[in-house]
Amino acid sequence: MVEMVNRPYARAFEAYAAGNPDILCLSADLTSSCEVDGFRDRHPDQFLSMGMAEQNMMSFAGGLALAGFRPFIHTFGVFMYRRPYDQLMASVAYPRRKVRLMGFLPGITTPGGMTHQAIEDIAVMRSIPNMSILETGDATEVESICEAADSIDGPVWCRILRGSVPRLFDTPIRVGEMRVLSEGSDILVVTSGITTEEALRARVALSRAGLSIRHLHLHTIKPFDAAQLLDHIGSVRHGVVTLENHVTEGGIGSLVAETMADAGVGKRLIRLGLKDTYAHGGSRPYLMRYYDLDALALVRGIEGLVGQDFGIAEEHLDAARVEDVHSLVKAEAL
Amino acid sequence: MLTNARTTEDVALGIRRRVFEHTIRNNGGYLSQACSAAEQLAWLYNEELKLGAPTLPMIPRPFAGVPSASNSDYHTGAGYNGPAAPEFDRLFIAPAHYALVAYATLIEVGRMAPEGLEMFNQDGSSVEMIGAEHSPGMEVHNGTLGIGLSTGAGLAWGRKRRAEPGRTWVFMSDGEVQEGQTWEAVQAAVHHGIDNLLAIMDVNDQQCDGAMSSVMEVGDIAAKFRCFGAACAEIDGHDLTAMRDAVREPHEGRPLIILARTSPFHAMSALQERFPRLHYVRFKSEEERARMNLSIAAELGVDPIDDRH
Repeated sequence: MVEMVNRPYARAFEAYAAGNPDILCLSADLTSSCEVDGFRDRHPDQFLSMGMAEQNMMSFAGGLALAGFRPFIHTFGVFMYRRPYDQLMASVAYPRRKVRLMGFLPGITTPGGMTHQAIEDIAVMRSIPNMSILETGDATEVESICEAADSIDGPVWCRILRGSVPRLFDTPIRVGEMRVLSEGSDILVVTSGITTEEALRARVALSRAGLSIRHLHLHTIKPFDAAQLLDHIGSVRHGVVTLENHVTEGGIGSLVAETMADAGVGKRLIRLGLKDTYAHGGSRPYLMRYYDLDALALVRGIEGLVGQDFGIAEEHLDAARVEDVHSLVKAEAL
Repeated sequence: MLTNARTTEDVALGIRRRVFEHTIRNNGGYLSQACSAAEQLAWLYNEELKLGAPTLPMIPRPFAGVPSASNSDYHTGAGYNGPAAPEFDRLFIAPAHYALVAYATLIEVGRMAPEGLEMFNQDGSSVEMIGAEHSPGMEVHNGTLGIGLSTGAGLAWGRKRRAEPGRTWVFMSDGEVQEGQTWEAVQAAVHHGIDNLLAIMDVNDQQCDGAMSSVMEVGDIAAKFRCFGAACAEIDGHDLTAMRDAVREPHEGRPLIILARTSPFHAMSALQERFPRLHYVRFKSEEERARMNLSIAAELGVDPIDDRH
């Protein structure tokens, strides 16, 4: 049974930031939703309420960084790049300000629908010069994201999980590295964020079907160690399957595709994720099933890659965790 | 601190002469911005701003690359305003389209060599048409209008937290009040009591498409700023005495915004015939250029510019 950790970000941010006068906590009216309400109450000197005004917040943060501070901006990911994209470019990314962009509700982790779901943020951030990108996939990564992000000499985009988060790993994020979760020789599976847990759900069933899976988990999406990925691709027989909580254009599927094409790798690649579609509002397990982002979707992708039906059905996979939509660990159901 | 023996009136005249000469020679330029803003920039640099001696060469270096992890020698153009020391003021030119006027100001106050203006908009030069953060006198990119005051507010908050006595100034343009971000910035500056933030706005009623009233009416800007909680002084932007008085307006606990009401053809009456398209003056014919050359040169007290080269 996987250990569940309640509000790991709340504790981790406070432990990292409290007492460091150069770190400032900014929030745009989503303070409790981003789990920094306790920090606000206990460390008001390091907290700046910016209101629902993200464009100003982005340029203001650029000004704070110019004054030598390292602002951690907290809001839902969508609100941090869609409306204030111009400000993100001119005030943060271009001048390489040390602004830490803590984006909550990555992908379909919210029932808030299109306006709340950051489904193309990685594509956007990958295309921004000077930007680094980290994504958390478990409680340990959430616990280590602040220190990892703050080690970066420039702006960094972070996909943060909140509420009740499973613990899958026992070592912190080391920027620039990737986690090798299994070292099989048939198929390379590449996941990040919440899709890693899905891949783990399929592990036993795939093994029983006689498939040897090599599984990589990416917490660092930019910068990216292409050489290491190519080594792993070279170690498998059939090809690669990527699964991401994001559109398949511009995210880790694209990253793997570009890496393969650049190196002239002639193996097959199946990219799973949101297929040129928005999502709607619903529970996370429902959305992951509906949009083929879950363990079963991964199995079908692998079957497609090897051209064989292994007879794996939902009941053969490890149980999906069902989170309460209304939970004490979340400020609201969003 | 540099002291300038010249009067601010003289500096303003010099700014207009330089921008005029440049515009005639290049058959185009941001001429009306010199008409409206010369006193404001002259006053800031010649009197009001507390700045240290320039830290960058009088003749600007060529473009040396954009900021990146591999460009370790990168620096902004802020060194023309002196070092970013705690006691000194900082200035952002929020409408970067005023860069030509700002460069002319740097020359007039002895912070840049006249050769700098010859590099304006030349390939490979750092003296860019729309002031970039590596352009002389610039510290941040402001070519996207409306972001300057927010950046100024953030910097000012940070400097106040660090107990730096230096102020953060933003030179603004009235068109920027059409951008929602300007109001977000004022709101935040007032909410956080950022009173080491000061702005002077060139209210020339002009924007790219023409007169602001025809493009997007913005109403009573002063009343709006005051409603948002800022201190606001409204003056004739060609009246230096009024400018000196306006900055004394008490504004404890809130930013001060000086609205400098100006004419986009002040001291260059001939430009009036180009109204309402004054954002970028390009002469429509040799006849027009020759006529403007004679008329404006006479008004500025210089010989007509010899542009046969």
